[in-house]
Amino acid sequence: MSILIDKSSKIVVQGITGRSGLFHTQQCRAYGTNIVAGVTPGKGGIHIDGIPVFNTVEEAVRYTKANVSMIFVPPPGAADAILESCAAGLDLAVCITEGIPVRDMVLARAVQADSRTRLVGPNCPGVITPGQCKLGIMPGYIHKPGTIGVVSRSGTLTYEAVKQLSDMGLGQSTCVGIGGDPIIGMKFIDVLELFNSDPQTEAVFMIGEIGGGAEEEAAVWIKEHMKKPVAAFIAGVTAPPGKRMGHAGAIITGGKGKAEDKIRTLQECGVTVATSPTRMGEAMQEALKAAGKTVKKAPARKVKK
Amino acid sequence: MNIHEYQAKEIFNAFGIPVPRSRVALTADQVERAAKEMGGHCVIKAQIYAGGRGKAGGVKVVHHPEQANDVAKELFGKKLVTNQTGPQGLKVRRILVEEAVEIAREFYLSITLDRQSSRYCLIASAEGGMEIEEVARKSPEKIHVLTIDPFTGLRPYQARKIALALGLSGVVCEDCVELLLNLYKCCLEKDCFLVEINPLVVTKAGWLLAMDGKMTFDDNAVYRHREYPDMMDYSQLDPLEITAGKYDLAYIKLDGNIGCMVNGAGLAMATLDVLKEFGGEPANFLDVGGGATREKVAEAFKIILEDCDVAAVFVNIFGGIMRCDVIAQGIIEAAGEVKCLLPIVVRMDGSHVEEGKKLLLESGLNVQIGTTLGDGAKKIVAMLAQGGN
Repeated sequence: MSILIDKSSKIVVQGITGRSGLFHTQQCRAYGTNIVAGVTPGKGGIHIDGIPVFNTVEEAVRYTKANVSMIFVPPPGAADAILESCAAGLDLAVCITEGIPVRDMVLARAVQADSRTRLVGPNCPGVITPGQCKLGIMPGYIHKPGTIGVVSRSGTLTYEAVKQLSDMGLGQSTCVGIGGDPIIGMKFIDVLELFNSDPQTEAVFMIGEIGGGAEEEAAVWIKEHMKKPVAAFIAGVTAPPGKRMGHAGAIITGGKGKAEDKIRTLQECGVTVATSPTRMGEAMQEALKAAGKTVKKAPARKVKK
Repeated sequence: MNIHEYQAKEIFNAFGIPVPRSRVALTADQVERAAKEMGGHCVIKAQIYAGGRGKAGGVKVVHHPEQANDVAKELFGKKLVTNQTGPQGLKVRRILVEEAVEIAREFYLSITLDRQSSRYCLIASAEGGMEIEEVARKSPEKIHVLTIDPFTGLRPYQARKIALALGLSGVVCEDCVELLLNLYKCCLEKDCFLVEINPLVVTKAGWLLAMDGKMTFDDNAVYRHREYPDMMDYSQLDPLEITAGKYDLAYIKLDGNIGCMVNGAGLAMATLDVLKEFGGEPANFLDVGGGATREKVAEAFKIILEDCDVAAVFVNIFGGIMRCDVIAQGIIEAAGEVKCLLPIVVRMDGSHVEEGKKLLLESGLNVQIGTTLGDGAKKIVAMLAQGGN
């Protein structure tokens, strides 16, 4: 088991004919992801790398039974692409696109929240269930199948964390990059909930950043509901107070958002927090030991480069 | 993207939000003339991309045009350091001269994006002013927050509830309803992250006026507004920040001596954390974005070296899909072009790592390879200590 995606997931790539859309489609396919269709309005009917391209997501679903979309549509059309995924009734939409205007996302998110479609992103590295399905721009080879669930607001810092876990023999059940934009689909808690009820996941590693109050919310949820050990890292302990404009941001977060506040709250809620980004793997191991779990070595797997 | 108070007020005016009579001045002489026009008694306001100006001496009431001239001379070119500018402060290049208003009551008002609800929200308070954040912390019940449904938008009855909660009544209350509706319209149409009026006042004569205006545009929506790039005041930005912006790179100036090139904001922050842990002090960091390319890496490297405080460079790239040998080529190309002799530590991960390392070690640059994040940070601090002493 895993969360969100596995080898049975059928993927439609929105924006497949774009440069990065095509490149990452090929990368994901090479990893073993089952990409069944592409969508680019106006290019329906062609095949690209043997993948049928449709004009709409609805058509793609009708002909290929796709149930998950990966979105590479450029910012002006990306919110619309999310809405189209929701309208087609997909299980999951993973939006990689960076730079979507927030006004568009406020609307898209409001519609998506009422639909049956889950949204990961935008502006995220994507989701990967190691050894089964890679849906996004992360390097596949650093991941190993295993029992650690990873959820992160960051992109490349997630790769760093995953590599440390894999190097220690801690494989991953699923890694979810929820994205760093102000308006995103799934948040920490949504992903934690899934990990909590996933039998394969034995523990969770969470990566947060300064700003906002999402980590604090997650901490409280973990304290009340999480049955599995959680370790975390918060980036930005030494970040200088940035330039800011006005008071609204500070009012809405009630002065939260500083790294030390987040770390304290997480610790108070029973989360093992890595004191340095060089010790993320160790923090996970510590949390597992504290919970009395033996660290199972991930099955040996040839690392492809 | 931020704009100045005077620009925000021009936009307010266009959206039917009343603002005081004012003029923008670039010289002390212009300030004096504007003050004369206002009748001598007026407010001199330094225009910088941050709030907290009042406490830092950036807002002054004057009574004669000559006094306005003196205040302006003192302010122009001065670096204002407020609790919102960061320690470097911001230079005053423009001054807003505004009519003095007899104020009866003051309010705080803003519309901003709320991450938690994924919606815009309206924030209003009858208390606060310069201490609004203090009020929010200590007595949050005095702050009225309304989450706006994106489908219905802000409705008049909701705006009225806020206006009444602020203690307004009669015609002023209805004026406030209209102002709130206009502010929401302005926020959406101008693709704002933030619109803030602090203070919104009721004058002794019974008129509502936006005495201040702060507006932050959504950088992702600039493409929809052709006029925005021309509204930028580049004097409010670090010159290297401007160059970085041209290449779609994010540059942050810090006060140490190690230049940092990293891909991704989270990894960048983690890199700073590690450097400090090993006793290093970052001079800046340049985020080349998740998908670094050879050109971006080369440009980023040059920008880092242009900062005179930089005595060593730490590169931490988790290439992922990007090939490490290509990144190495970018570094070598840029370092060769500017004849860089400074110590460099490169920590790379991703595909083709070995090829990349080989290229760097054979390049003739003063470079070492960091095998892990911690190892790289340790090496750069050591190289700097050797070179410096």
